[in-house]
Amino acid sequence: MKYLLLIYEKEADWAAIPEAEKGKIFQEYMDYSKGIRKSGNYIGGEALQPVSTATTVRVKNGKTLTTDGPFAETREQLGGFYLVEAKDLDEAIRLAKGIPSARTGSIEVRPIMPTPPVE
Amino acid sequence: MDLDTLYREERPRALATLIRLLGDFDVAEEALQEAFAAALEQWPAGGVPRNPRAWLVSAARYKAIDRLRREKNLAAKQAEIAYLSETAVPAPGLAEEPFTDDLMRLIFTCCHPALALEAQVALTLKTLCGLSVDEIARAFLVPPATMAQRLVRAKAKIRGARIPYEVPGSDRLAERLDGVLRVVYLVFNEGYAATSGDALVRRDLCREGMRLARLLRGLFPDASEVAGLLALILLHDSRRAARLDERGDLVTLEDQDRSQWDPGQIAEGQALAEAALRRGGAGFYALQAAIAALHAQAARAGETDWPQIAALYALLLRLHPSPVVALNHAAAVAMGERLDRGLRLIERLEADGELQSYHLLPAAKADILRRLGRRAEAAAAYERALQLVTHDAERRYLERRLREVRSAP
Repeated sequence: MKYLLLIYEKEADWAAIPEAEKGKIFQEYMDYSKGIRKSGNYIGGEALQPVSTATTVRVKNGKTLTTDGPFAETREQLGGFYLVEAKDLDEAIRLAKGIPSARTGSIEVRPIMPTPPVE
Repeated sequence: MDLDTLYREERPRALATLIRLLGDFDVAEEALQEAFAAALEQWPAGGVPRNPRAWLVSAARYKAIDRLRREKNLAAKQAEIAYLSETAVPAPGLAEEPFTDDLMRLIFTCCHPALALEAQVALTLKTLCGLSVDEIARAFLVPPATMAQRLVRAKAKIRGARIPYEVPGSDRLAERLDGVLRVVYLVFNEGYAATSGDALVRRDLCREGMRLARLLRGLFPDASEVAGLLALILLHDSRRAARLDERGDLVTLEDQDRSQWDPGQIAEGQALAEAALRRGGAGFYALQAAIAALHAQAARAGETDWPQIAALYALLLRLHPSPVVALNHAAAVAMGERLDRGLRLIERLEADGELQSYHLLPAAKADILRRLGRRAEAAAAYERALQLVTHDAERRYLERRLREVRSAP
């Protein structure tokens, strides 16, 4: 079963971290990604640019509404994600626990809805 | 044994096995109910089968397959029916083991930390205890529709997020068992210390909490905290008859008629608490059980071993720091060592401000001041407690104490 692991962090906190510390966390992410590739759980994953670069798009009555920023202001911001294959929720939770940001932010574990393949 | 009692005993294990075989809580519950209805028709005349549980599981499984066959899209169900027909049913006369394994799977699934705590409690009462949605709703003072929705959501999450039907591995077992104990403790405590609600329903919750604790004790005979929880429940419950007077007012431990305490439950609880402490690894429940055992040991309130109780609370406070434990510790110090030392500890808690809206803080303070003969201050503290209390019986108790300190010569 596929799960999306959504990584939430306070961007302001991240900005305040000294460069050397950032390098260390970056290395941890590299190690983590390598680990879940080796174990066969990894399907995909990316880091996102800060929410200040985000644009929200809606279509109302055929008209496109474009607004600056994310859909909702929250305490923590979506900073990246992994898409993983896991046997069940317990394995997905174990994978989420290993993400470096789990210690400073939070990881939302969302099962992917099974959909029939597109013909 | 009558059939209802038999069913109550066999139901959790039979259901646990059916959920594994059928892969669905609702299908398993319905099928088991139908199987029991069939048993009620057949057993009185034909006799109870040698292994009633295996009979129920096997009958329920056929009922589930029948139901699938009757449903319209038979083709879609073919594969499922084939799977169900092949999956292993524990044979009659077989060892307890497969059933016990399934029961553990069910317990850990109901108490999975990915479910909200209130959903864990509801699911446990529904599946393991067999309480109806209405009964659970009454116990938790929510409308039945809300409780039904809570159960539907929990089951949907188990399916949708694929919460495994599994006993956690040894690396996570202790942590997960803690979660199970918390649910069982909540069930009992909701019945024992409920601030409102129907007395009969609350008794049911106490009984179910005790049944669940016994079940766990059988499954995990080597876990100190499991023994501790059962001991704690037995010891608290042993005072039930003496806890409320004929008007339903709370009687404090000090004033309870100790001849009304249940000596059988006390003996069992004490033995379990001692065993838990001796084995080591005593934590939250075993320490509280040991404290309850010391209270139970005193034939009169005046003979209570308060210094020992204060020492156990100090240990508990170190392992599980919380303002409520700190308050109990302070009260025990007041009784066991010196009233003024206890008072100082309570005043420090007051200054911390964490228990600002907890009526037992001013109530405990008032109690010490009363014993010290500082009646005006005691009255002020009782008045403060009365502003915060919600339970009627507790309110009447505090009012009585307030009258006492006001009218004393």
